[in-house]
Amino acid sequence: MSGASRQPNGSHAGGVPHDDDGVPGPGEMGGIPRGPEAPAPRPPVIHALRDAGLAALVAAGLFVPLVGLRTDVGPAGGGLILRTRWADVAILVALVFTGRLAMNLWSAFRPAKRPRTALRAAQLTRIGTFVAPLFLGFAVLMPLLPWTTRYGLDLGVLVLTYVMLGWGLNIVVGLAGLLDLGYVAFYAVGAYTYALLSTTYGLSFWICLPLAGIFAAFAGVLLGFPVLRLRGDYLAIVTLAFGEIIRVVLLNWVSLTGGPNGISGIPRPSFFGLSFSAGGEPGSFADFFGLEPSPTHRAVFLYYLILVLALLTNWVTIRLRRQPLGRAWEALREDEIACRALGINVTNTKLTAFAIGAMFGGFAGAFFATRQAFVSPESFTFIESAIILAIVVLGGLGSQLGVAIAALVLIGGFEAFRDFEEYRMLVFGAAMVVIMVWRPRGLVSTRRPSVALGERKAISGDLVGEGHG
Amino acid sequence: MSAPILPARNAPILQVRELLMRFGGLTAVNRVSFDAMAGDITAVIGPNGAGKTTVFNLITGFYKPSGGEIVLNGPGGPKPLHATVGHRIAQAGVARTFQNIRLFPGMTVLENLLVAQHNTLQAATFFGIGAAFGLGRYRQAEREAVALARRWLEATRLLDRADDPAGALPYGAQRRLEIARAMCTNPVLLCLDEPAAGLNPRESEELAELIQLIRAQGCSILLIEHDMGVVMRISDRVVVLDHGVKIADGTPAEVRADERVIAAYLGEGDEDDVPAAPVEGAA
Ligand SMILES: Nc1ncnc2c1ncn2[C@@H]1O[C@H](COP(=O)(O)OP(=O)(O)OP(=O)(O)O)[C@@H](O)[C@H]1O
Ligand SMILES: [Mg+2]
Repeated sequence: MSGASRQPNGSHAGGVPHDDDGVPGPGEMGGIPRGPEAPAPRPPVIHALRDAGLAALVAAGLFVPLVGLRTDVGPAGGGLILRTRWADVAILVALVFTGRLAMNLWSAFRPAKRPRTALRAAQLTRIGTFVAPLFLGFAVLMPLLPWTTRYGLDLGVLVLTYVMLGWGLNIVVGLAGLLDLGYVAFYAVGAYTYALLSTTYGLSFWICLPLAGIFAAFAGVLLGFPVLRLRGDYLAIVTLAFGEIIRVVLLNWVSLTGGPNGISGIPRPSFFGLSFSAGGEPGSFADFFGLEPSPTHRAVFLYYLILVLALLTNWVTIRLRRQPLGRAWEALREDEIACRALGINVTNTKLTAFAIGAMFGGFAGAFFATRQAFVSPESFTFIESAIILAIVVLGGLGSQLGVAIAALVLIGGFEAFRDFEEYRMLVFGAAMVVIMVWRPRGLVSTRRPSVALGERKAISGDLVGEGHG
Repeated sequence: MSAPILPARNAPILQVRELLMRFGGLTAVNRVSFDAMAGDITAVIGPNGAGKTTVFNLITGFYKPSGGEIVLNGPGGPKPLHATVGHRIAQAGVARTFQNIRLFPGMTVLENLLVAQHNTLQAATFFGIGAAFGLGRYRQAEREAVALARRWLEATRLLDRADDPAGALPYGAQRRLEIARAMCTNPVLLCLDEPAAGLNPRESEELAELIQLIRAQGCSILLIEHDMGVVMRISDRVVVLDHGVKIADGTPAEVRADERVIAAYLGEGDEDDVPAAPVEGAA
């Protein structure tokens, strides 16, 4: 076979992602990328002016009857009188004209779009390899830095919690391509598992943590079963409902969960059995190490705890991506039908993605409960799911680094704009729109292959699927 | 790759009996029966809309037949495919390609081939638990999987594109990759749905060679194809469908001379499709 005649296309050396052999194909070549199209040449200024003039004409046609003419009740209370507002119309039409003109000129004269070549993707990966250790180093050293305040530490804990949740959800949405709008449900299950087990049975944090993960994973499977046949929007709706159901159950099952009052007095975590009590009595952390008792100890401990949990999430995800299971998740995101034809059990593969993603949500929930010492259904509303999903989408589906940066920017940004209470949602909405326009595939849109014969080349996001549910 | 234990030549590897598929009021496949012999290339031809792809979808479990039986005489004994779920059919040794290529475009060529070996690899990882810790047995399994992938990449001349995303390959290469991927599942029966569609004559030629190479390795082939040059030259047996009904079944020469076949093609096909036309070196 290797001695077969050479074929003109199909064996180019060096992979430019956009090569195309020009075979017209029988109408089913939809998925095949084409080269960047050249814009049709025409005199840009004249065209822009004419187009803007047309837009102004349409605007005039609309605004003259809508704005220019107005009926008011006459002074005597009797019949209607007609009032004209030509000045307003002129302003509006002028606005439309200039706006349209500016838009046309911008699209005609903006610098040519650089195609996202493999080279550029490789550059980004290289930057990524620098940025990730830098972030990690900063995260590890942060509590030790002299200028870190208590507030900074708490903010760090909050950001890391969302980084962990983002990474957990990334397994479901980013890798397996299953749009889950109810991720907060697993966070809630983890939190309540810890809260209930520790307050009723007095189990320690370290025993409850895996249990919280297991319960959440179980909830993930429970959610997984009914929704496996659904795709896309329908999956999103059902997962959204699932998130709400969990919250409503927590709210109404008063005898178990305390209803809206929640559960308080949840034990704080201990350091190998040493408590972080403020008194510094024997058996406490401060006493054992001969330190001055300080509430900062607990904050630092919590910080490192969530850092370790988040890194565990990251480590497992990175490992799984290189294993058959992770590869099957990504294949599922790319093409479910092809997976089935290759003998992959689609149902089980989806379930594992739900379960493992949920497990990390459960871990994060247990951490949340022990940090707050109080849980109530209020903490697990839909907006939490939305924020976590926003982190994953903004970061770039499937990208670990992107998700971490997005969590930092989003949660850090929320805090930074706390003073502008009523504007911050507005600012964030706008920021998100801008990011999605600027980088529709998220901050880090390239995908790194999980295995290679030679060099690992980053794959441009245009080729990577987003999943259909 | 280890050659699967096959039934003796001239024993049917696939038996289709009275296969029936209705979509609402439309009978896409109407009581079709045929055998595909082990070690043979069996072609399924017919005008557009004849029900060929539907037959494939029934064999590979994407549709559940409204009636009839499909039995695979694989290495594990007879298996009723009409009562088996999709992924188990693939596990039983039936691989397929799609009329409109279905690759994993955002994954590299090599990754595509490793996904195809998911079940073997997954078993070697104790279903994922061992893999997370990078156990030695898994490494060994992965090396073997990469070696198998490499063999098929060589056979399809894609080795130099192994680390490129599948979606960036030229069309002809994507077609070959889809076949390589199907072969990485170590099938006993390979179902190819119009593999030569959109290929130039030279590529079709190479494709025919590739199909014969696959057959030489002991894999039986079921082939849907409109390129009569390819069909008549490489297939051992041709089944002709028209409007869901089998109208002919025999050697290429017999089918070419069959009046009902000629009528079916003349009635609605274009001239290129007439099997009676000279076929040697057909473009
Ligand atoms: N899922 C479906 N639902 C309804 N009708 C279908 C479905 N799949 C196929 N059909 C119909 O069944 C008939 C046979 O289709 P099929 O795709 O099997 O034809 P084919 O022989 O593969 O044709 P082609 O050569 O164009 O690929 C067609 O009339 C088609 O419209
Ligand atoms: Mg077809």
